Amino acid sequence: MVGRIVKRVYLYLIFLFLYAPIVMLVVYSFNESRSMGRWSGFTLKWYAELFKDTEVLRALYNTLAIAVLSAVIATIIGTAAAIGIHEMKRIKKAIVMNLTYLPVINPDIVTGVSLMLLFVFTKPFTGMGLGFFTMLLAHITFNIPYVILSVMPKLKQLDRHVYEAALDLGATPFYALRKVVIPQIMPGIVTGLLLAFTLSIDDFVISFFTTGSGVSNIAIYVYSMARRGVNPKINALSTIMFVTVLALLLIVNKRMNKDNSKVKESVR
Amino acid sequence: MRRTWYAYPYLVWMAIFIVVPLFLLLFYTFTATTEEGIRFTLQHIKRIWEPIYLIVLLRSILLALICTVVCLLIGYPVALILASKEYSQNKVLALLFVIPMWINFLVRTYAWMSLLGKNGLIDMVMDFLHLPPVQLLYTDHAVVLGMVYNFLPFMVLPIYSVLTKMDKSIIEAAEDLGADYITVLKRIIIPLSLPGVISGITMVFMPAVTTFIISRLLGGGQYILIGNLIEQQFIVVGDWNFGSAISFVLTVIILISMGIMRKYDREYEGGAIW
Repeated sequence: MVGRIVKRVYLYLIFLFLYAPIVMLVVYSFNESRSMGRWSGFTLKWYAELFKDTEVLRALYNTLAIAVLSAVIATIIGTAAAIGIHEMKRIKKAIVMNLTYLPVINPDIVTGVSLMLLFVFTKPFTGMGLGFFTMLLAHITFNIPYVILSVMPKLKQLDRHVYEAALDLGATPFYALRKVVIPQIMPGIVTGLLLAFTLSIDDFVISFFTTGSGVSNIAIYVYSMARRGVNPKINALSTIMFVTVLALLLIVNKRMNKDNSKVKESVR
Repeated sequence: MRRTWYAYPYLVWMAIFIVVPLFLLLFYTFTATTEEGIRFTLQHIKRIWEPIYLIVLLRSILLALICTVVCLLIGYPVALILASKEYSQNKVLALLFVIPMWINFLVRTYAWMSLLGKNGLIDMVMDFLHLPPVQLLYTDHAVVLGMVYNFLPFMVLPIYSVLTKMDKSIIEAAEDLGADYITVLKRIIIPLSLPGVISGITMVFMPAVTTFIISRLLGGGQYILIGNLIEQQFIVVGDWNFGSAISFVLTVIILISMGIMRKYDREYEGGAIW
């Protein structure tokens, strides 16, 4: 069974490649010395310093606030849009869907600079300078298409007759939408929400071009710091974020397994 | 009963934040501000064909192509293994490819800086083996490595998702008819997985050609790719017209290559990895 061993070793090597930098970050967040390369003893001081550094905390707050707000707003607008687009006639639908693909296809940097142009251009009229709010608007903009693309397949699978039956039984269209359509497309909505949240956290390029006046998120903070030199506080922060995400995923995974087995039992 | 109006807020939003900005980009690309006011010009587009900028453009495309090929060569076997009988029950393995993305890619790239840099892990290993130290950071190799590291999941996941949906009975039929594994791979698995390969290639090539962070951090401050050029024009030089022109050309290149790829991929659904 040489093939089996080769497969296993190959997979291990790939995971080693993917996780090596992350393991580095985690290990060196407990390192006494400032430099990432020399191990000089275990310490928790970087964690302590992290929670004293207002600049980092501010950046963390911005990252999370924008991720949550943009994901929620994009999910609401995107889900409504998907329902609307689904009902459109063919040609109109094709035009709108192509428009939806545009920000997905367009390079990040082009989306970023074109939004920057918009915000700078409209500043005299709106009085809104580059900062938290413009960054939020930009994140909502690039998140909406992903929500639509997650919800659309679920709408296609939907059985129209259930909705029509609800109307025949006296439900108002809005009530039928809430009780019949929304629950059925819920998995798509949740996927879209999580996707939007992830993309917002991971984004650097668009944030970089649409923020200003000292408002930064974690990515921008790291970028400005990488020039000044290595800072173990970022390792500590990344470790906390990584552990949180991992814990969340494990909990979700466990709950899904439980639900699955429940479903299986009830089927039996 | 039509609910098309549900889409109107979105349409308004997209008009303001996608269509108008792109027109602004076009406006800056084709105009110049002189004393007499704003006039139409092609000078910014022409400027890109000057050798210094053309070299940057060609180098960006070349590096992105190398990165895409490397990702495909490494990633296809990974997808094949993950979708194979031994591992296909294990959904967590595929998830393991997504988890690194939850750490901001800038932080991960910055970790590579310290892995590759002086006194980094690679240096220590070389030292331990009594080999001469190699300069890795601030070279082409480091930039390609950083790109492959960041974009490999985008190659693996679409191929994996196509492979898992593939009708396994075709493979069994081929095997029953006496085909060996190589033949099955060549005649059945690879042709059927092409849609995944194509969306993988686009999802790797596009971000690779436009990155400016990986080249900045791993290639050093002097290292210029097309993305760095755009950033420089907007942030440092302040020449928005030229910056817009480069962005415009970049968009056209991407759209053309997307068009070519789409031709080969009739079953394009988009967002296949999710």
